[in-house]
Amino acid sequence: MYQYDQYDQQIVEERARQFRGQVQRRIDGEVTENEFKPLRLQNGLYMQLHAYMFRIAIPYGVLSSKQVRKLAHLARSYDRGYGHITTRQNIQFNWPQLEAIPTMLDELASVQMHAIQTSGNCVRNITSDPFAGVAPDELEDPRPYCELLRQWSTFHPEFAFLPRKFKIAVTGTPSQDRAAIRFHDIGVRIVNNEAGERGFEVWAGGGMGRTPFIGQIVRPFVRYNDLLAFVESILRVYNRYGRRDNKFKARIKILVDELGIEEFRRRVEEDFARSTNPALQLERAEVDRVTASFRPPPYEPESSARGDAAALAERTSNDAAFARWRKTNVLSHKVPGYDIVVLSLKHPDIPPGDISDTQLDRVAELADRYSFGEVRTTHTQNMVLTDVRDADLCELYDKLVALDMATPTFRLLGDIIACPGLDYCALANARSIPLSLELAKRFENIDYQEDVGPCSIKISGCINACGHHHVGNIGILGINKNGEEVYQLMLGGHDSDSASIGKILGPALREDQVADAVEKVLSKYLDTRNGADETFLECYRRLGPDPFKEAAYGA
Amino acid sequence: MKVVRDRKVVEDAWQLVTDDEAAGDHSIVSLARWNAERDALLAEGKSAGVVIRSGESPDDVEDLERAPLVAVDFPAFTDGRGYSTARLLRSRLGYKGEIRAIGDVMRDEMFLMHRCGIDSFAVKAGKDIEKALTAFDDFSVTYQAAADDERPLFRRVHR
Repeated sequence: MYQYDQYDQQIVEERARQFRGQVQRRIDGEVTENEFKPLRLQNGLYMQLHAYMFRIAIPYGVLSSKQVRKLAHLARSYDRGYGHITTRQNIQFNWPQLEAIPTMLDELASVQMHAIQTSGNCVRNITSDPFAGVAPDELEDPRPYCELLRQWSTFHPEFAFLPRKFKIAVTGTPSQDRAAIRFHDIGVRIVNNEAGERGFEVWAGGGMGRTPFIGQIVRPFVRYNDLLAFVESILRVYNRYGRRDNKFKARIKILVDELGIEEFRRRVEEDFARSTNPALQLERAEVDRVTASFRPPPYEPESSARGDAAALAERTSNDAAFARWRKTNVLSHKVPGYDIVVLSLKHPDIPPGDISDTQLDRVAELADRYSFGEVRTTHTQNMVLTDVRDADLCELYDKLVALDMATPTFRLLGDIIACPGLDYCALANARSIPLSLELAKRFENIDYQEDVGPCSIKISGCINACGHHHVGNIGILGINKNGEEVYQLMLGGHDSDSASIGKILGPALREDQVADAVEKVLSKYLDTRNGADETFLECYRRLGPDPFKEAAYGA
Repeated sequence: MKVVRDRKVVEDAWQLVTDDEAAGDHSIVSLARWNAERDALLAEGKSAGVVIRSGESPDDVEDLERAPLVAVDFPAFTDGRGYSTARLLRSRLGYKGEIRAIGDVMRDEMFLMHRCGIDSFAVKAGKDIEKALTAFDDFSVTYQAAADDERPLFRRVHR
């Protein structure tokens, strides 16, 4: 992974020092709460319902075991013993004291971490494919470009006070988008053009929130050395022309929609054509320097990585639970003999994405022992060991079972995404976590989940859509109706290629009606699908909402 | 009034005047007034500056090079349009005169403003202008090309 040099290190240390001063001035009353708010937000510090919430950046979801241990320590020392993996691959703590934040920042800086721009109206954490660098279908590892964009966006002096927050995602697998680039303010896809040259397809204007939009292509091919200049032009057009009169119309998706993609593109291209400074161009040497950080680890030869293939086969045929986990949570790796292993944070008794200090410490040990000391976070609120030998699968599985991290539900019904909701969040209208736990219990039977197959449930406690309900195959949105928490059910959302936004199925439901309605929808699917190969999404797209509406709400 | 210029607190004669007020020496006027009256404003050796408000474009300032001072207005410090305005003035239009931040100007933004080409700061009333000088030392390293250095870090140093 990327290793800080002296310059990177200096920036995070100076940031910690700057924020310590800002906190002190707030405590001394030198700055008002109104003045302090945008400053603390730029450093990931929110005021929630009960306490401050502190969000720490995990750039494109990549962590070293040393960093994971530090997070465990922070959870233990400054929080209530757990953290929460977010839908943008970050981690947040729900109970820190304001006075402790500067010290937490110093601790983070000591392991090359920070909370820079994890909230506020600025460029946020760059997210990516959690399998970057190891996916067999990848064209090129996107992480070096994520890191280059991270550095470019860190304290970019022109874009610290945008109309609204700004999220960028990068994927290196054009055939299979695992980074939801069509639902980001800017989405970047590594592609080859017709001449076979490598470059980027750049999208803009996607997003969720109260007005969801699928992004559109601004330019189908940007040369690698123009990436920063082109992205800068998009940001400049947004900074200058994005709406500031209404917070709910301030995201770039509204600008793109109101101008139309042609006019938006014209403005970006005009700015880009005028940014004549050649120094903004990326240099091959700099790309190479950053890329060198992501060199593949020293993989063993296949025969040694495979280990005792007979023992693995035997365990797989004799131990149904292991076989199920292997089928669902273990994915193909580009290197023969190695596997990608998803560590599930979807235990049916625990809020999605929550992880305890002990689990964090154990994950660090597992990473050191089985995966070259690295671990990833995913936007589906799980973790990943990306480089596990076949030979280690049995041992790793047993340890994950002991940690409650072997729930075999990756991409199945149990892999629910949920925002923190009204249990924590000041913006929420309804709780998300109790409902997600109820659904996880209702569909706990793994045979049933396997029968249903890939199907995503995503729950948000308000229209800001942090739980990505618009792109759930089954989306659930909590709203407040006359003082009662009720839930809208929507179907057909999808966040990858062939992206779509879910449609509301019918009238909002009481909390105690939701699980029944979802079950009826699923029964309808199981009864009407064209064989087990037709996924829920495909079936819904073929049949449309009516049969599902009838199933959920009666005739 | 006191402003920060070149990392020092200095007394300064520039005055923002509304379109209804008479303009004298060292008046800063609206963009529309500048475009309409600049010859008169600059007559007899007088100095005059122009203010660019949020939503206005630096491309629309006529005879930009004749203005010794351009003020960039920040109606609220969370309104970041002025940063692009300053950057375009310096980096794209090649403006060499003084660029002054006015409005909701506080020390926490001055480092960034400075990087965008702003070189004087009318720190808002009620804030300690002397303490604001420390803002320039917030960071000793920056990643990006900006108006203060048109080279990104990877072109400034060997990494």
